[in-house]
Amino acid sequence: MSAASLTPSSPPQRPATPRWRGALLPLALLAALAVFPLVASALGLDFYIGFVRRVLVVALAAASLNFIMGFGGMVALGHAGFMGVGAYAVVVLSDAGATSAWVVWGAAMVLAALAAALVGAISLRTQGVYFIMITLAFAQMLYFVFVSLRSYGGDDGYTLPLRPVLGLGLDAMHEPTLYWVVLALVALVLWWLDRATASRFGAALAGIRDNATRMRALGYPVYLLQLAAFTLAGAVAGLAGALLATGNSFVSPAMMHWTQSATLIVMVVIGGLGRRWGGPLGAAVWLALEEALKLHTDYWHLPLGLLLIATALYAPKGLAALADLRARSAR
Amino acid sequence: MNPILVFEQLLNGAGYGLMLFLIAAGLTLVFGIMDVMNLSHGSLFMVGAYVAATVHVQSGSFAVAVLVAVAATVAVAALLEVTLMRRLYGRDHLAQVLATFGVILVADDAVKMVWGPSPVMAPTPAWLSGPVELFAGLPYPSYRLVVLGAGVLVAGLLYLLVNHSRLGMLVRAGASDRWMAELMGVRVQRVFCGIFVLGASLAALAGALMGPLMAVQVGMGESILIPALVVIVIGGIGSVRGAFVAALLVGLVDTIGRAFLPLLLRATLPPAVAADLGPLCAEVAMYALMAAVLSFRPAGLFSAKA
Repeated sequence: MSAASLTPSSPPQRPATPRWRGALLPLALLAALAVFPLVASALGLDFYIGFVRRVLVVALAAASLNFIMGFGGMVALGHAGFMGVGAYAVVVLSDAGATSAWVVWGAAMVLAALAAALVGAISLRTQGVYFIMITLAFAQMLYFVFVSLRSYGGDDGYTLPLRPVLGLGLDAMHEPTLYWVVLALVALVLWWLDRATASRFGAALAGIRDNATRMRALGYPVYLLQLAAFTLAGAVAGLAGALLATGNSFVSPAMMHWTQSATLIVMVVIGGLGRRWGGPLGAAVWLALEEALKLHTDYWHLPLGLLLIATALYAPKGLAALADLRARSAR
Repeated sequence: MNPILVFEQLLNGAGYGLMLFLIAAGLTLVFGIMDVMNLSHGSLFMVGAYVAATVHVQSGSFAVAVLVAVAATVAVAALLEVTLMRRLYGRDHLAQVLATFGVILVADDAVKMVWGPSPVMAPTPAWLSGPVELFAGLPYPSYRLVVLGAGVLVAGLLYLLVNHSRLGMLVRAGASDRWMAELMGVRVQRVFCGIFVLGASLAALAGALMGPLMAVQVGMGESILIPALVVIVIGGIGSVRGAFVAALLVGLVDTIGRAFLPLLLRATLPPAVAADLGPLCAEVAMYALMAAVLSFRPAGLFSAKA
């Protein structure tokens, strides 16, 4: 098995368009998401504010996975583990008396980055399926570490008595306020991830994905670049976990079970591996379908499973690629 | 420490290891030869366990139950091969992971529809329910002994098949260099279909035998899949010998982690800390073993593709 079989082919070159036109759609989307809580409460659909907030957070985690998997060629089956580290950082720090959300979230990112650096340092010695499995192993170890922490609820999870305090006159217990803060953070980090992908660092990463041997021969520090990307993605996943814990006021080891990591991979692939919007798109589609199906049937796994099989067979490049094709044929 | 207790635990570990080997063998052959990452292999194990439990209760005969379970699972596997797996050859691993993860979701819900969401009773056969006195002071459950024996027998047969038969030669040729094997006239595709079905029957056998020892429930396929994947990765993907050694290693390490590490911790650490760490050691031992092996040998112990 070769590393090449795990990596997507580079997306086709985009035709040159003025930069402001590329920003139009994201900005429109951002505006729509920003007014959503107002519309939702006007229509009496307050429940969906929390749902969309969750989608935003998971989209962030999926985007960070897409960064290392789609652009860096590192198929990591343990990303939910870093989300878990971030989530438990919120629990442990809040329990120890830290109240500021910014401190707690920042610490969650740092701790998740540390965990990712350690895991990456060992895992990046391997390749392909072995890399998939060793990242899984470390995530499972993290999972059982948190299962064994009985002072934080062990298997049953832990309910936060209070949400961390946002300060600046913002009330985290007010659902729309937390939503807007999360939206701003997610938008900021997504923008920043996009910039990182387009930077020299991102280009080197994509070069390593396509041909690591050549990049090494050209003098790039392949291992260090991959490790840096892996650590970055871990930090972003940690932030996502911390935001999830803050919003739900509840954390349990179940959120870092290996099937959650697999679901994140599934989201990225469905959305479009190595596509700009692949991660967020896949997360939104998957969670929306899950929510809609759960409403109608107890057997909601089955249609999702069939959808997955169909995607793998007929749209292996994901939904973002389908949208690309449509756009090109319309042009 | 009591040597009889140690021996008993080692037997338990070997039994678990042999069952893992039955599952891992199919997984590693399919991966080694066709380069297909089949996450749904655990679902075949689950189907085997459910069918065996049901037939056993209905017919009263354990032997019939095992046979029917293997036959039914082979039929399901053949259907899966024809409708789905065939289209996944030559695709990248992510597409395979995606599709077979989809199969897991479908299989879990299908089983839930047929048998309901709660676990199913899988009785121990009556004539095997008593203990056997292995030697003075060690009564051992006779059913576990039969499982152990069956595992050794099947592992031996598989060894003969892979290493000393014409089919095995083709299998090994396909696993070490598929392209060359095809050039030499081996119909790797056809060999694979046979291997896939063989792997399914081994998984079903493991499911039928493990049923009385563990909970027969939805999701049991996923919980056995991870240890089986750990086994094939430690052994080196595509190597049946590697899978055998690694399965025994994982079985023993898992048992040691569960039975002895908590005792050791309790003897050396304050009780509160030991109570927290004990279960952790039990669960983590297998993964720590894999991480350790892979950091020294990044392609497993007996990599077929050196």
